[in-house]
Amino acid sequence: MVLRSMNPQYPMQQLRREMDRLWSSVVGEAVEPPWTGLVRGRPAVNVWETSEAVFAELEVPGLKNDELDLSVVGDQLSIRVERPDAEQQGVTYHRRERPVGAFTRVLRLPAPVSSDAVEAELKNGVLTVKLPKAEAARPRKIEVQSK
Amino acid sequence: MAETTNVTKTPASEVPPAEHTRSGYFYRPNVDILEQADELTVLADVPGTAADGIDIRFEDGMLSIHAKVPPRNQDVDFIVREYGVGDFYREFRVNETIDAAKISAELADGVLTLHLPKVEAVKPRKIAVKA
Repeated sequence: MVLRSMNPQYPMQQLRREMDRLWSSVVGEAVEPPWTGLVRGRPAVNVWETSEAVFAELEVPGLKNDELDLSVVGDQLSIRVERPDAEQQGVTYHRRERPVGAFTRVLRLPAPVSSDAVEAELKNGVLTVKLPKAEAARPRKIEVQSK
Repeated sequence: MAETTNVTKTPASEVPPAEHTRSGYFYRPNVDILEQADELTVLADVPGTAADGIDIRFEDGMLSIHAKVPPRNQDVDFIVREYGVGDFYREFRVNETIDAAKISAELADGVLTLHLPKVEAVKPRKIAVKA
């Protein structure tokens, strides 16, 4: 379960947010602070949930549909991303920062999902995966009967 | 005797730091910069930016890239949060061998490609030898 309390990154993220705030108030620097890389996964992922679904969002700039491989098994979502190495011959590289190669992320979801109804959308280099929760995991309103 | 050449460099402390005119976060996009014989190509990862959100300026030898990312999912309860959503910004000092009028850019799938052609004078030329 990716419960907040059990997520080992959570205290780090809290610290990071706090440091970000301090950094920007003191230095006035607007670029990302250098330690951000420490907590960033590859590809970086954000996960949030509503009462009906769990959402996962990834930044995958430059990727086409066929370079992404998504699968849901039980309560695990695995995402494999392959960014081809487009290194050109006969050119001089002055900067080489954009990651290339294959990356896999496996996320354990906080609730069982109905794998048939999973939807994924790729737009402007951002992949959003919507994983509707299984019927049993959705909140149910219980009518109170008065006698 | 070998001829000596003095190469002067502006000390970093004398270059005034560029200042942003708006507050808030900017993220620094990852870039590849590659140089071919006739142009420099800059590839920048700017996920979440649509074509109308790109602002590229070239002034006084400074090339600045500003990619606007519309805010999304601001009021959700994150379980895992590994990246923030916000505009991308980065500046480069480009020397005078670039033909500013011919700079072109394209955006596809969150990757910005900038073409910075070199001025004619510095392009390699093949000189034909007359018989």
